[in-house]
Amino acid sequence: MEKIIKSAGAFDPVLIKNDFPIFKRRVHGKPLIYLDNAATTQKPESVINSIDNYYRRHNSNIHRGVHTLSYESTVMYEDAHKKVAELIGAKDWREIIFTRNATESINLLAYSWGLHELKEGDEVLITIMEHHSNIVPWQMLRDLKGIKINVLGVDNKGDLLLDELPKLLTEKTKLVSIIHASNVLGTVNPIKHITREAKKVGALVLIDAAQSIPHLPIDINDIGCDFLVASGHKMMGPTGVGFIYGRQELLEGMEPFLYGGDMIEKVTLEKSTWNELPWKYEAGTPNIAGGIGLGAAVDYLQNIGLTNIFEHEEELLRYALERMSEFDWINTYGHKSDSQSVGVISFNVEGVHPHDVAGMLDEQGIAVRSGHHCAQPLMQELSMDYTARVSFYVYNTKEEIDICIETLKKVKKLFG
Amino acid sequence: MESDQLEYILDHFKNPRNYGTIEDADYSYEEGIPSCGDVIRVDLRVENDRLHDIKFSGTGCAISQASVSILTENVTGKEVSEVISMTDHDMLEALGGQVSPIRFKCALLGLMVLKKALVGKIPANN
Repeated sequence: MEKIIKSAGAFDPVLIKNDFPIFKRRVHGKPLIYLDNAATTQKPESVINSIDNYYRRHNSNIHRGVHTLSYESTVMYEDAHKKVAELIGAKDWREIIFTRNATESINLLAYSWGLHELKEGDEVLITIMEHHSNIVPWQMLRDLKGIKINVLGVDNKGDLLLDELPKLLTEKTKLVSIIHASNVLGTVNPIKHITREAKKVGALVLIDAAQSIPHLPIDINDIGCDFLVASGHKMMGPTGVGFIYGRQELLEGMEPFLYGGDMIEKVTLEKSTWNELPWKYEAGTPNIAGGIGLGAAVDYLQNIGLTNIFEHEEELLRYALERMSEFDWINTYGHKSDSQSVGVISFNVEGVHPHDVAGMLDEQGIAVRSGHHCAQPLMQELSMDYTARVSFYVYNTKEEIDICIETLKKVKKLFG
Repeated sequence: MESDQLEYILDHFKNPRNYGTIEDADYSYEEGIPSCGDVIRVDLRVENDRLHDIKFSGTGCAISQASVSILTENVTGKEVSEVISMTDHDMLEALGGQVSPIRFKCALLGLMVLKKALVGKIPANN
């Protein structure tokens, strides 16, 4: 299927849809229209097959036996690291650590780096757009170590207040930890600029790419960041696997996160020394099948091309915003400036609770999110309360957006 | 959701019964669901161990607000012990059809708030 897309030279979401077995099913008797991609994406056949194939043909533990299966699974699992490294431009695959998800990745850095490196009075700069996973771990360090959390705000268009950056960056700033693309507004933040500013005061930079890496090309060398984290399941991979990119010398200098098997070099009852990267941070038998599945997802993304994906979503986003603007009872949030965006629209239907909107859409087989999207501080700042949210991906079409809009019209009429 | 049930729920949502507050209430209690923002408050007057009067207020989705509206109609005049022994199943049945399990939390919020107020005998203006 991937080859057909390439040879056709055109990007056809209908062909791509055939790669995803889930679209064969119906929901409430209707074809599934999946518009909840910011929560998790669907999985192509190749990802599902890679996991199936691992368990059917290669299942064994890695780095343990000399037998054939162990050798094969070790190579497959390491290859998955290499694929992720290549995707983001990391020089060495050992700079890629597999975790459970982006949340665990940030926690790993908070414990392995923050707990040991940060002192009372040190500062961490985040933005108000952060997902809870990039707020709460730093609050843990604030309470344990007495660090200070500074927050870069947002204007009413949904753009970061970059003018305030110089004031918030001081010699006390040790880390700038920022979300690349907002899971609420879709805004793609100017992380290259922020990284450059952060470097002027000697701060490290952590990029939360959970919402960006599935949707646009990322090059860590171009950004200049020190760490980058993401979740596999938001980029067509399985749940239960995510990763950290970390600069080698930083990863080598940091303390381990979890202690035990596979992360050690030598153990005596008195003392242990640590394994080489990335295994130092992957204690215990890892999610081997998940890692291999993530590798297959990266292959699939690379085959379609992230630029193609971004352009397709941009087209859907423009179309959906245009359609929504036809109705004065649909209020959308964000997308008020020229900033780049990923395909996310938070919206409300006037007079209808977002749960009811999502519930009525579900009855037509349309999956959307409703709630606070794990970003309560941003929602409060923009007085957004609770919203419904559509988020697009490669397999979505303009026809699906039309069906969604028609259903919203029915919802509005019913609730009148 | 069947259209009859939807109409029944929308009717209660648009024209809530027993909506408001009771100034000289014996008991009152308010609780919400943080993950969706729904909030329900009940004010109660009890006489001779019977629920003499009930008013509710709050905000939220159609399911949560319609459920509590229906609930107030069903419990007015009933013995307190009878109200306390109402089950989640009773509440879901009162909604006149099937409710998606995802919405159980919404549908059951009103009953939970009412039972907490009665079991805890939470005085008004707490």
